[in-house]
Amino acid sequence: MELFVRGLSHRYGDLLVLDSIDLDVREGEILVVIGPSGCGKSTLLGILGGIVPHGGEAVRIAGEPPPGCLNPVSFVFQDFSLLPWRSVEDNVGLVLEHQRMPTGERRERVEDCLRRMGLLEFRKALPKQLSGGMRQRVGIARALATRPAILLLDEPLSALDAQTRDLLMEDFLDLWKRDRTTAVYVTHNLNEALRLADRVVVLTRRPGRIRDIVKVGLPREDRAGAAGQAFLAEVHDRLWELIKAEARIADREIVDA
Amino acid sequence: MPDTTEAPRPMTRPAPQPAAQAPASASRPVRFRGGGFVAEPRRWAALLAFVIAIAAWEASGRLRLVSPLFLPPPSAILLALQGLVADGSLARNLAASLMRIGVGWTLGTAAGVLVGFAMGIWSIARAIGLPAVSALFPIPKIALLPLFILWLGIGEASKFATIGLGVFFPTVIATYSAVDGVPRNLIRMGQSFNMPWLDVLRKVVLPGAMPGILAGFRISASIALILVVSAEMIGADYGIGAFVLNAGNLMLTDQLLAGVLVLSLLGLAIGTALSLLEKTLLKWR
Ligand SMILES: Nc1ncnc2c1ncn2[C@@H]1O[C@H](COP(=O)(O)OP(=O)(O)OP(=O)(O)O)[C@@H](O)[C@H]1O
Ligand SMILES: [Mg+2]
Repeated sequence: MELFVRGLSHRYGDLLVLDSIDLDVREGEILVVIGPSGCGKSTLLGILGGIVPHGGEAVRIAGEPPPGCLNPVSFVFQDFSLLPWRSVEDNVGLVLEHQRMPTGERRERVEDCLRRMGLLEFRKALPKQLSGGMRQRVGIARALATRPAILLLDEPLSALDAQTRDLLMEDFLDLWKRDRTTAVYVTHNLNEALRLADRVVVLTRRPGRIRDIVKVGLPREDRAGAAGQAFLAEVHDRLWELIKAEARIADREIVDA
Repeated sequence: MPDTTEAPRPMTRPAPQPAAQAPASASRPVRFRGGGFVAEPRRWAALLAFVIAIAAWEASGRLRLVSPLFLPPPSAILLALQGLVADGSLARNLAASLMRIGVGWTLGTAAGVLVGFAMGIWSIARAIGLPAVSALFPIPKIALLPLFILWLGIGEASKFATIGLGVFFPTVIATYSAVDGVPRNLIRMGQSFNMPWLDVLRKVVLPGAMPGILAGFRISASIALILVVSAEMIGADYGIGAFVLNAGNLMLTDQLLAGVLVLSLLGLAIGTALSLLEKTLLKWR
């Protein structure tokens, strides 16, 4: 499925957070959103997924959900948002419990998602018994259990240490290759952006406008090798220049205020 | 000032020491200095203090340092308690008190949890409830017993009402803040997966609020215990409160203290029961 954003502005009270955003999220792409702290990335994602109240009709969704899809737009949260009183499998099963489906099928789906995320042996564990990386695996498994058409990931790896982040990112990519689920991925981390993105949206400081959309014109398979690295280094520098300029202005504005 | 006491170094240096061994003269061990405020379990200390206190109390009675009418020794209190168990008066009085606590606490708690929950999830209920609770909570509920007796008679209903009302307000406050404190992100998570409203309440809000609600139970149980004793002292034939009051009027100090002992054991039992409940319901913490 696809998302179309036309002239999206959003304010919290008097605070203008997003200003005239135009954006298309295309079928099967990973769209990465980066931008300075507080520029409205989470707000944008929340509006896309319908959990931040927004009056207008600036966001539209199009296309047919894939077969078996129970929640066309599913979130993966930065803080995992697991229910601490539920075991791993019950956290994943939670999002299927209110759906009309045979118990056997529900169990199968949960098991399948746990297997794909390498969580089968931890199915009975409570979230507190897991490492951060494992917890986010549960968060991803939960989102996958609904067979979403669009995944919205809000800094899914930023609560994790660097190694766990890299490992989980590769696992996510392996997983993603199977269904090629359309994804919007918010991050602060340029490496994540360069590894995952088809396109990178750079937002300005608050109020967030689209500063630029940078296409990473290299297939994901080719990004690991030396040639790929050299290519990515160029994209990296370009993104970095964009972000640096925004951050400088934002800092100056804080001092002036 | 340069150190003049050190002997001049010999020209031929000693062979270098193995790396594992630090030079003894120039180094000193790093001493632990972080202790002092770490709580360490010292069960025996509490037990010992308790035993000594009881023994001193018993001795003061045996040695006639204190009149038994004023403060009977522990052995006399236990003897009195034994008598109360034997003639069935303990069972009768305890049953009356437990029934009042049970009915009053259950009514007040059920209503309190419902109202607190409503205040936690509906803005209107909160807007009405918060000022009302703040205004009514400070009233000492025992002061209303005479009014309840006028309305409901001297029987059980007025005691239920006093205990129920006394329990109601703390339960409302505990439940309301527990519901209010359930992490918003968990609720949004449920909503983002299209969970129906009632499911979010049942599967996210209620379990999330459970620790706070159970903490409220602990407070309300001790309030119920205070109120049942006070209410029974004001007007009741049976009940531990009435029994203690009568024993006082008849100057049966040993029976009086036996009643107090029963009350403290009752409080302890309720606390233990609640701990067990917390352990089973809040295993996940
Ligand atoms: N519910 C809210 N009410 C009022 N202001 C809010 C609310 N949520 C966010 N804001 C403000 O809106 C601005 C954008 O917030 P948002 O969380 O979307 O930014 P972000 O780009 O995700 O930031 P970060 O990089 O820190 O995650 C911030 O200044 C924040 O303080
Ligand atoms: Mg954010």
